[in-house]
Amino acid sequence: MKKFTHEGHTAHQFDIELNDVKHKVMNMGGLVESMVHDGLEALLTMNAELGAKVSLDDKKANQFELDIDEDCTRILARRQPAASDLRLVITIIKTITDLERIGDEAEKLGRIGVKLANERDIPHYYKDLRHLGDHVKSMLREALDAFTRMDVEAAFRTAAKDEAIDMEYSNISRLLITHMMENPGHVSHALDMNWCARSLERIGDHACNICEYVIYLVEGEDVRHANLDEMRKRLL
Amino acid sequence: MNLEQDQAEQTIDEIVASLGDTVGETRVENPKMSATGVDVFYADKQAIYGVDLDIANNEVIAMIGPSGCGKSTLLRCLNRMNDTIPICRVTGELTLDGEDIYNKDTDPVLLRARVGMVFQKPNPFPKSIYENVAYGPRLHGLSRNKADLDDIVVTSLRKAGIYNEVKDRLDAPGTGLSGGQQQRLCIARTIACSPEVILMDEPCSALDPIATAKIEELIDELRENYAIAIVTHSMQQAARVSQRTAYFHLGKLVEVGDTDTIFTNPSHELTENYITGRFG
Repeated sequence: MKKFTHEGHTAHQFDIELNDVKHKVMNMGGLVESMVHDGLEALLTMNAELGAKVSLDDKKANQFELDIDEDCTRILARRQPAASDLRLVITIIKTITDLERIGDEAEKLGRIGVKLANERDIPHYYKDLRHLGDHVKSMLREALDAFTRMDVEAAFRTAAKDEAIDMEYSNISRLLITHMMENPGHVSHALDMNWCARSLERIGDHACNICEYVIYLVEGEDVRHANLDEMRKRLL
Repeated sequence: MNLEQDQAEQTIDEIVASLGDTVGETRVENPKMSATGVDVFYADKQAIYGVDLDIANNEVIAMIGPSGCGKSTLLRCLNRMNDTIPICRVTGELTLDGEDIYNKDTDPVLLRARVGMVFQKPNPFPKSIYENVAYGPRLHGLSRNKADLDDIVVTSLRKAGIYNEVKDRLDAPGTGLSGGQQQRLCIARTIACSPEVILMDEPCSALDPIATAKIEELIDELRENYAIAIVTHSMQQAARVSQRTAYFHLGKLVEVGDTDTIFTNPSHELTENYITGRFG
């Protein structure tokens, strides 16, 4: 495995610029992680206040995306990075797009939490989202850790978890269809819940993307749309 | 030689030995020129260590590396420019179309017509634009009459992308042109001898960005008809104009590969460090 560093440039200022932008991504990742946590809590506890906070945080996440994009554009224009530096900048540009989308999905969870807070007769099976949500949260945390440490092994391990999440989502979907057929009065709620499960599943996909970018960053191999098991054997 | 110097030299040899074998494919199918186990010495000092490298037809190969890494030395071996340096000694094999160019029967003047060179500083002869280009063909007897020669001059100037700028003043001195025009005139002068290979030793380092862009555009066009090797200190230039890139360090060829790969995902740590601007 290659060792990876973005420091040691003769132009020390370049080190500082790359470090700054990388730290911003880590901060944005922290924000988005807490949004997913809050969004899920807002939904499960039907907490309107927390749901509203996620919406506010989403604006911060959007601003992060704009700032980091601008930093990356400036680095590309002024430094013309090559090799691992180039891959770092590309990885960051792609990672923040996924982070921003994760923020959007978290906001959706929060919005439905706000909606539920004003409603009665909510079916008990909302609680079923807890397990999927925890699963997705831990995957996101591991993906962000892999990014922070540029850890290819962890990225592979985390990306592999996406399959289980997809499976869990499709199980929830199937369960909801049954509920809808049994109790047509709950269709509206069941649909909302399906949207929430779908949002969580998408967050898992975005976390998986981030893992793939980390592998590209460190190994220089584009593993998107590839068989991860084979890649793992080849790279590790 | 005292002990201290001896130790210092050993250290350099040790460092060179620690660089290991060249990473990447040094050979191509149907090479135009080929270097095998080339060592170059300036008196006792070794400047190049066992370089294997092919230069292919219709390809631009960029040679990059820090100052003193041997890239210009190797370039100069390819048309025996080093013959003019008495203390310079070249061993190993260098071939053009499979024939050894250091063979004692090879006429270096003819070799240099087949393997032309463009230098860092534009160096037109203190003659007219016409005479600058006509000089080589006349020397090598490439034209039968004046009309032939006129034809070669005009074609060469056209290929070098400078004809339209100088067609009304072919009798004016070549030294009166701008730097970029002078360099293109020198390229026209090289082309006029119908070379098969063109060597360029930092051809743009004395030029402004617009003249540089014109030369780079020209290099891309010339690639259709010639094999081109270019030494450059500008990594961006190497990335822009070449199809293959060779990275030299302390007289060794460290890595060679597709330019796309070298600039996005080089294999050797030294290449990575050089390309990303990290030195020692």
